[in-house]
Amino acid sequence: MSNPIFIALIPILPLTCFLLLGLFGRKHFSTTSGIIGTLSLFISTILSFATAYQYFFQTGKINGVYQKIIVFKYTWLEFAPNLSIDMGILLDPITVMMLVVVSFVSLMVHVFSLGYMKGETRFATYYAFLSLFTFSMLGLILSSNIFQIYLFWELVGVSSFLLIGFYFEKPSAVAASKKAFIVTRFADLGFLIGILILAFYAHTLDFGILIERLSVISSPYLTVINAASFLGMSALSWGLILVFIGGAGKSAMFPLHIWLPDAMEGPTPVSALIHAATMVVAGVFLVARLFPIFALSDPGALQVVMYTGAFSAFFAAVIACTQTDIKRVLAYSTMSQIGYMMFALGVSKYSGEEGLGYMGSMFHLFTHAFFKSLLFLGAGSVIHFVHSNEMKDMGGLRKLMPITHISFLIACLAIAGIPPFAGFFSKEEILMAAFESNRLIYVVALITSGLTAFYMFRLYYSIFWSKDASVKNHHGEGTISMKIPLILLAILAIGSGLVPIASFVTADGLPITSHVPISFSIVPVSLALIGILLATRLFKNSNDLPVRISQQMGGLYTAASRKFYIDEVYLFVTKKILFNLIGKPAAWFDKHIVDGLMNLLANSTAKVSELIKGFQSGKVQDYALYFFGGIASLIILFIYLWQ
Amino acid sequence: MNEVPLTHILFLSTALFFIGAYGLFTRRNMITMLMAIELMLNSVNINFVAFNKYLYADKLDGIFFSIFIITIAAAEAAVAIAIIINLYRSHHSIDVEDATELKY
Repeated sequence: MSNPIFIALIPILPLTCFLLLGLFGRKHFSTTSGIIGTLSLFISTILSFATAYQYFFQTGKINGVYQKIIVFKYTWLEFAPNLSIDMGILLDPITVMMLVVVSFVSLMVHVFSLGYMKGETRFATYYAFLSLFTFSMLGLILSSNIFQIYLFWELVGVSSFLLIGFYFEKPSAVAASKKAFIVTRFADLGFLIGILILAFYAHTLDFGILIERLSVISSPYLTVINAASFLGMSALSWGLILVFIGGAGKSAMFPLHIWLPDAMEGPTPVSALIHAATMVVAGVFLVARLFPIFALSDPGALQVVMYTGAFSAFFAAVIACTQTDIKRVLAYSTMSQIGYMMFALGVSKYSGEEGLGYMGSMFHLFTHAFFKSLLFLGAGSVIHFVHSNEMKDMGGLRKLMPITHISFLIACLAIAGIPPFAGFFSKEEILMAAFESNRLIYVVALITSGLTAFYMFRLYYSIFWSKDASVKNHHGEGTISMKIPLILLAILAIGSGLVPIASFVTADGLPITSHVPISFSIVPVSLALIGILLATRLFKNSNDLPVRISQQMGGLYTAASRKFYIDEVYLFVTKKILFNLIGKPAAWFDKHIVDGLMNLLANSTAKVSELIKGFQSGKVQDYALYFFGGIASLIILFIYLWQ
Repeated sequence: MNEVPLTHILFLSTALFFIGAYGLFTRRNMITMLMAIELMLNSVNINFVAFNKYLYADKLDGIFFSIFIITIAAAEAAVAIAIIINLYRSHHSIDVEDATELKY
């Protein structure tokens, strides 16, 4: 697969599919569009796996170090001889890993949707949007140029907007899609400014050159960017933090997380694809892509990443314990897990064994993608069955939905970090990295992991145990196309932790040996077990204990179930402060001053024309009289007054 | 033999011109107005011929000019009568006061 065409085909196939289904889908492929989309993505997935094999085992390694390989590069917009926006493909370990994750999870979602979305009137449109999203996400991870990544970043935002708002008859879905788009777009403003700052000082937009110029200590570009400062921070810190803000918006980090729970209004498979495995980790991917600059040149910016990540992880876990909509629980759990990945990057250093955090973060990204999309697809299956998102409408489903039940249990164990499931291995690496560099973060991470186990099993028991099934069995568990992805992902949720990511994906390309001793695992695992036991006691059989406890906790519980009023704060800031203090005066200025000026002009023109329109009487002789009058006055002017 | 002085001729042409102008402004019948315009044109012709004769007797430019004006006046009469006929067909009248649609 040294031929770049095959790698280029990976994103181009979904794009073709999008164009085909988007333009002709509703007329010609109203029932076959699912098959078309799935097949084309299947080819993409095979190509991704082949590329990964090729990279990791044949071409990627030079002298034992994984290289950044530019497969091809096409200069697209050239601003100056050395500054251009290129369209290219860059392969390095994280790209290749993401390629596998994105194409595989997307394929699973495509297959699942065949059953889940069946009979939908806009079935073809749905697959067109899914293809567009897959194309943008694959393009994003393959980008070789920071501006190229920005283009795909926005495309991802648009396709996410389209998919969240897929049920556009529902006002809540429309509001959610707008919210997601506006919040992430607001964060992207930071990203854009960050790109401009970095590119301005490094004189390039190309990732490889940019990283080299800004991470080598003796580089003249680095000296200049460190010397330039604004409000007490160097331009480098500003650039990196602004780029991180863009990443935080997409990855739903506090305080830009408010769009993620609402985004659950979209079809559930979409949540599995976008809001669990792919788009939300784009921010982690971005930080990882620029990691050499963060780690080698600006540990301060990395600290911001670390604290934001750790706080988001903890904050989201607390909220997740109180939510009653199953998809919202999963949304907050996603935010919490992404917080894990972020702070793992934050505690990491660049080289060797100290790069454990980076490796752990990527490892967690890898395993999380599988078990979280499994959780979402399982939730989709449950919602398909009971036609409700609320926990109180569920319960006792374990007999009615055996496959969903088992796979959901596996995913819950995986996310809780119970050995030997996938989440255990990646979480251990992250905890180890945190333990070695920052004890505070380690403690927060431990508490969070206990909470994670608790709320995941609260969810599990509420869906599958708790009470006897109240739902009448309408249509069975779901079609075969809905079961296969669950089974495949469940296998990965068990097995993906055994993949030796440490020898493939590291910050500096050198394999490291992960060395988590068994004694280290005792604390997190026992915390997770305590969380599970607590959840078992409280939620396995329906009793009034949870209600009593929540009443005892009083204000804290209410605050957490209302998501700590962050939405209200945003509403207050936007509606009361921004609208009243800036919006209203601006509107007044526009209405009275700008419009006033225009109205004055228009009105005076109208007045004057009203006054003089009598001249245009339509009588020929009047015109002739004016003409003669004009001639006569010209004559008088020339003869007597013009000297 | 006593020549007619130039001023007499100019008095004649000025009188003719203002009679024409007066006719143009006061009469409502388009044919009469056309005739008034002819009067004004002819007063200009007289001026040309007279100036040619009294100031540049060795040249013929003024005569040529008046011949041009006569030609143009003929063409103008043809066009004007065509307009009048069309006006009559659409308005059943050749009174200019009746055709005032082209106003504000």
